[in-house]
Amino acid sequence: MHELSVTESVLEIACRHAENAQASQVTDIHLVIGHLSSIIDESVIFYWNIISKDTLCEGAELHFIRVPAILVCLNCNNEYKLEGELTPCPNCNSAKIRVVSGDEFHLDSIEIQR
Amino acid sequence: MTENRIKIVEKILDANDRLANENRRRLDAAAIYSINLMASPGAGKTSFILSTINALLSEDIQIGVIEGDTAPVTIDSDKINAAGMPAVQVNTGGECHMDAVMVENALDQLPLTNLDLVVVENVGNLICPAAFNLGTHSNVLIASVPEGDDKPYKYPNIYRGLDVLIINKIDLLPYIDFDMEYFQKGVEMLNPGLKTFAVSCKTDEGLDDWIDWLRSRLPNR
Repeated sequence: MHELSVTESVLEIACRHAENAQASQVTDIHLVIGHLSSIIDESVIFYWNIISKDTLCEGAELHFIRVPAILVCLNCNNEYKLEGELTPCPNCNSAKIRVVSGDEFHLDSIEIQR
Repeated sequence: MTENRIKIVEKILDANDRLANENRRRLDAAAIYSINLMASPGAGKTSFILSTINALLSEDIQIGVIEGDTAPVTIDSDKINAAGMPAVQVNTGGECHMDAVMVENALDQLPLTNLDLVVVENVGNLICPAAFNLGTHSNVLIASVPEGDDKPYKYPNIYRGLDVLIINKIDLLPYIDFDMEYFQKGVEMLNPGLKTFAVSCKTDEGLDDWIDWLRSRLPNR
């Protein structure tokens, strides 16, 4: 996907908040990523180790909090988890479905040293 | 030395979203309708834009086109210029999508006061463009039938964010194993009631309905 742009955004947000908090170093970064946001952790970490050099975030560990994709059937109200391919409601086979969760894509928190 | 946890909760692409809002304000101020046109490579994005330009030519509707490509080429913008409309070629430098900054810079180079419509022809890709808001008024995807009927299942995110779906190259349907029912069921699961136009840029079939819809969106028409 576009892991480099995403990693650059993470770095920008984390450094900005770390500076505001007068941190001397960022040690950990917690990201919340929904299952439907197709981001590959290893790829983000690969870019992270390169672009975070010589910043407040150098050496900070990235933690990925994964949120499962949950769909709800608008016909029978059945909630089900999407693991692989998009499927109709397993209970009533209706195609009228809505995404409840899985789109999450934000930086939740950072841990810093002062 | 003290350790601290700082709660942030900021969308990772928030900076892009803010710029996208800025682009939208700018387009609205100029009374321009705008489209983010997405598709896989070869689905017929440029042909579709040219067909749209030609169909609206007699009505003096001015269309500016922003052409995104991952390489420094001017193939597409040359075609738009040859059709008499202004085009800006954006080289994304290998990036797989366009973002709000690229559109902002491209808007600087278009004669906005003269335009009725801006079309951003995104990089040919069904994955990355879906994640980046450009500030345009609508997301339009061209799905061409030779690509296969399983694309909504394989690329769900792009279908979920759409306002309009164009099914292109329908003149090829007799020659291809494309299960329209299976395709449309996938679309219905992802984006119920999605506005859809089935067209052929080769034969012009179905283009009138698209043009009617588009005309109805233009602020000054």
